[in-house]
Amino acid sequence: MLTIAMPKGRIFEEAAGLLRKAGYQLPPDLDESRKLIIEVPEEQLRFFLAKPMDVATYVEYGVADLGIAGKDVLLEEERDVYELIDLKISPCYLAVAGLPDTTVDEVAPKVATKYPNVASSYFRGKGEQVEIIKLNGSIELAPMIGLADRIVDIVSTGRTLKENGLVEYETIVDITSRLIVNPASYRLKDKEIGQLVSRLAETIAEKAV
Amino acid sequence: MSKLLMFEKPVGMRDTLPHIYETKRKLKEAAAAEMRSWGYRFIETPALEYYETVGAASAILDRQLFKLLDQQGNTLVLRPDMTTPIARVAASKLLKERVPLRLAYSASVYRAQQREGGRAAEFEQIGVEMIGDQTVSADAELIALLVSVLKKTGMERFRLSLGHIRFTDELFRQILGTEERAQYLRRFLYEKNYVGYREHVKGLALSSIDQQRLLRFLDLSGELNCLEGAADLIEGGAGSEAIAELRSLYERLQEYGVAEYIQFDLPLVSHMSYYTGLVFEVYVDGAGTPAGNGGRYDHLLEKFGRPASATGFGLRVDVLLSALEQLEEEEKVHCILFSNERRIEAIQEARKRREAGEAVLLQDVAGLEDVDRFTETCKSVSFFVGKAASGREF
Repeated sequence: MLTIAMPKGRIFEEAAGLLRKAGYQLPPDLDESRKLIIEVPEEQLRFFLAKPMDVATYVEYGVADLGIAGKDVLLEEERDVYELIDLKISPCYLAVAGLPDTTVDEVAPKVATKYPNVASSYFRGKGEQVEIIKLNGSIELAPMIGLADRIVDIVSTGRTLKENGLVEYETIVDITSRLIVNPASYRLKDKEIGQLVSRLAETIAEKAV
Repeated sequence: MSKLLMFEKPVGMRDTLPHIYETKRKLKEAAAAEMRSWGYRFIETPALEYYETVGAASAILDRQLFKLLDQQGNTLVLRPDMTTPIARVAASKLLKERVPLRLAYSASVYRAQQREGGRAAEFEQIGVEMIGDQTVSADAELIALLVSVLKKTGMERFRLSLGHIRFTDELFRQILGTEERAQYLRRFLYEKNYVGYREHVKGLALSSIDQQRLLRFLDLSGELNCLEGAADLIEGGAGSEAIAELRSLYERLQEYGVAEYIQFDLPLVSHMSYYTGLVFEVYVDGAGTPAGNGGRYDHLLEKFGRPASATGFGLRVDVLLSALEQLEEEEKVHCILFSNERRIEAIQEARKRREAGEAVLLQDVAGLEDVDRFTETCKSVSFFVGKAASGREF
C-alpha cells in the first residue's frame, strides 16, 4: 500500500488527471469528498489532501510515501525528499513584481513574499541586500498599500498582477509540479514505487509527443 | 529577570521517561553485546571538542554544530558525531600498535535543528569503526555485523542501500573532465534532486552518448544485475575497480548470509566529500528517516596527522526505537510497606529479598497520602505495619 499526499487547489485537478491518464482508478469525487483520507484498495493506494506548502513536510516525515508538490514548495522548504520526476503539470514561474516605473528604496528595500527563503537567496545571489516580509496570501496588496517595494510571487498567466496594476521586473525560476518520494519508502517499497514512477513517466512522455 | 520557562526545552531536546528508558536500554544492550561478541571494544570520548579540530573535520554541516566558548576564548563544539572524535583518539593514541583497530561507541551526539521540533537535536548513536584495514573483508565484516545488530535489536524488515563514491567520481571525471563540473553535478545527487540532475545533464555540451551515460547512471539501483549496467558505463580505471570491489563485497555478504538485505544504489551520495569508497544507508520499516549510515572514509585520519584507512557505521537509537512496535511495559516491583514499630523487620526483609536478586521497594506508611493508590503501582505488597509479628503478603 502506498500513501500519496496530494496538493489541494490549483494543482489538484491536473495531478489527479495525470494519475487517471496513467491508468489509475481514482474515485470521481476525490477532491469534493469530505473525507481527508481516501483509500483505493483495488490500486493499493491511499490518498490524502494537504495544503500544497505542506506536502513535502508529510513526505519528509514519512507519513506519506509519495507526494505531488510544486517546485516552488521544494525550493522554499528544502525538505529531505527525492525529487524523482517532473510531472510537467501546472507550469508557472516565480517572479519579482512591483508597481510600474518604481525604483526600490536604497537603504532597505522591502520585499513581501510567501517564499522568504527563495526570495532571500535570490537577492543574496544578486548581491542585493533586501528586507524580506513574509505574507501568507494576497501578496499583490503589499506594494499597492505601501508595505513593500517589490513582491516575489508565483505567476501563471499574469492576470492577477495586471488586474492589480503591477508589472513583472524579473523572472526567478520556472515551476512545474514534481513527484517526490520519502527516502525510506524509496528503499523499502522500491518495487511499488518503481512501477508507479515508470507508469507516470510513460504517460508524461506520451503527452509530450 | 525574564519569566522562567517552566516546561520548555530547547528545540530538539527530549526527555526519556522510565518505560521508554527501559526499552532503549534493552535495545542498546542487545546492540552492544553483539558488537562485543565480534571483538569490538567500546570507548568514550568527551562531549566537548575543539571546533578547529573535531568540528572542522566532521562530516556534519557547520550550521548544525552547537558552538560555545571556553574560559580561554577557544571555540568548542558539542560533538556532532562519534566518528571524528574516535579518529582523533585513534590517530593520537591507539594506532601506534599498527594492527587494525575495532572500536565501538554508544553515546549522545548533538546537531542543532533550525526548523520544527520533529527532529531530535540530541540523540544517541551506537556504532563501530574499523581503522587500519583497507580490505573488502573489512567492509564486508562491517555490513554483516550491522545486519546482525539490527536483528538483535528486534528489527524485522530493513534494507541497506550500497553505493560507491569512487565509481561516481570516476564516471563524472571521465565525462565532465573537471572536478568543478563533477562537484556541481554531484550536488544534485546529494540533494536527491533527480529532476534537476537530468535537466542539468541535458543542458551540458556533451555528445549524446555521454549524456546517455550520465542519465542511465540514475537508474543504477536495485539488485546485483545493476552492477553489470554500471560496468558498461565506465571505461576502465578506478570506476571499474569500484565495481569489482562491490562485486566481491556482495560475494562475501552472500557468504555471511546477509545478501538478502542488500540493495545497490549507485547514485547514493550521502555526503559531498567525506566518504572515499563504499557508502551505505540503513532503512528500517516503520521509520521515515535513515536509521543509520556509514562507509569508508580513508582521508579523515590524515587530518589528525596519521593517514590510515577506516570504515564504520553509526545507528540512530531514536530511529530504531521509533520503528519498534512494542515498548517495554513499565516494570512493577515488590513493595514492603512498614510502620515505625516494625522498621527493623522490614529492612531485614528487604535485604533478604534483594540479596536473592529481587527488586524491592521499601516505603514508610507515614509517607503515603493514599495507601491504595500506592499499592496499585506495586507488583505485590508485604505489610510490616502495626504490632503483629509477621509480614502479611498480598
